[in-house]
Amino acid sequence: MKPILRTAAVATTALLATLAAQAHNAWLLPSTTVLSKPDRVTVDAAISNDLFVANHAAMNLDNLQITAPDGAALKAETQAKLRQRSVFDVELPQPGTYRIAVVNAGVFASWKDKATGQPKRARGTAESIAGQIPADATDVNVTQSVGRNETFVTVGKPSALKPIGVGLELVAAGSLTDNVKGEKSSFTLLLDGQPAKDLEVGITAGGTVYRDKLEELKLKTDDKGQFSVTWPAAGMYWLEASTRDNKTTLPQAKERRVSYSATLEVAP
Amino acid sequence: MQLRYPLAPIALSALFAGPAIAAGLGVNIEIPRLNVSEYHRPYVAAWIERADSSMATTLAVWYDVRTKTNNPEGEGTKWLKDLRQWWRRGGRELAVPIDGVTGATKPAGKHALSFTEGSKPLAQLAPGSYKLVVEAAREVGGREVVSVPFQWPPAKADSATATGKEELGEVKVELKP
Repeated sequence: MKPILRTAAVATTALLATLAAQAHNAWLLPSTTVLSKPDRVTVDAAISNDLFVANHAAMNLDNLQITAPDGAALKAETQAKLRQRSVFDVELPQPGTYRIAVVNAGVFASWKDKATGQPKRARGTAESIAGQIPADATDVNVTQSVGRNETFVTVGKPSALKPIGVGLELVAAGSLTDNVKGEKSSFTLLLDGQPAKDLEVGITAGGTVYRDKLEELKLKTDDKGQFSVTWPAAGMYWLEASTRDNKTTLPQAKERRVSYSATLEVAP
Repeated sequence: MQLRYPLAPIALSALFAGPAIAAGLGVNIEIPRLNVSEYHRPYVAAWIERADSSMATTLAVWYDVRTKTNNPEGEGTKWLKDLRQWWRRGGRELAVPIDGVTGATKPAGKHALSFTEGSKPLAQLAPGSYKLVVEAAREVGGREVVSVPFQWPPAKADSATATGKEELGEVKVELKP
């Protein structure tokens, strides 16, 4: 197979695998979210139904973005993609709050093949998708997707995170790493930098494999995009929200699917 | 001349009255003797919280300080965040070591500290309700917080006590007007 075709085939397979895995939860799990002084954290990244249990698929780390408190982009020290779990170490040299995220942007297209009338699908990037759809295709449907899975670590005194402005984004009234059992944490969910109103947010504590009920907290943002939660127990929690709109960047894309997940640590 | 400025002597005597003997605070912290196979001296922080739970001042922090023989790499600060409540209330804003505040971990027993209002670390305290809070965290062990409420300024010499269950023994506040 020509190298270009092989690369395209591999990329498509990888992206299709991601599409299949979307039914599962994508999560990052840092070893800790609070450090007294500059140190390192190690992070698990996987996709599975059981929260924080890597029993399904490893997360692709190609789009790993680590942001230092001053806004600088950092690289993972070492990383590995195992069968069911990806893992990477991050050195955190400055005081302040770090953002560790895997950000995916993709395009999904479906159409009817002109000759056979068979439905076809393809997954690609905003740049590549036009080339993947035959010119004579009918019933072309193009959807964009924007997904962010992230967690946060604070060294010493917390600092305000630089806003993203694209897709769904979580902002804390205080700090995203200041969650304590029994105390109330207040958040704002933004969509493209604006309050995400009336959006459902699900928050689930880890350890689902050890209990009979999922015990997911279902909340809704108000008209300022705000919601708050009083933490029932200490531990790692997974927060997720998603939405669909038509704010696409590709002209031929009619719909944009936006998804967001964050791992928050609640101290005892 | 004496009659022209009748208020002068009174004003002068007010100037020479000087500050009243400053009020003081005695803090006694008991670290319990524990019977465990792997014992590490606890990290301890003692601070004063206002009625709204904000930190007024940190009085003492005992942790693995950097010395030539013990802990030469200064790793001891790594576990300061395990004093969770102190850390969040304001401990994380401090740069340790601090003269007169931080020091090495202490052995089991009763430890007496004494503070005078106006000299560090006990700055002037506005009148009101306060709590002396002591937090202890022990490696391969637990963590406990004990608080003792008190009123400031003290009207008379008084003391208040609270006792921990596991990681702290008796914590006593002595008020010295």
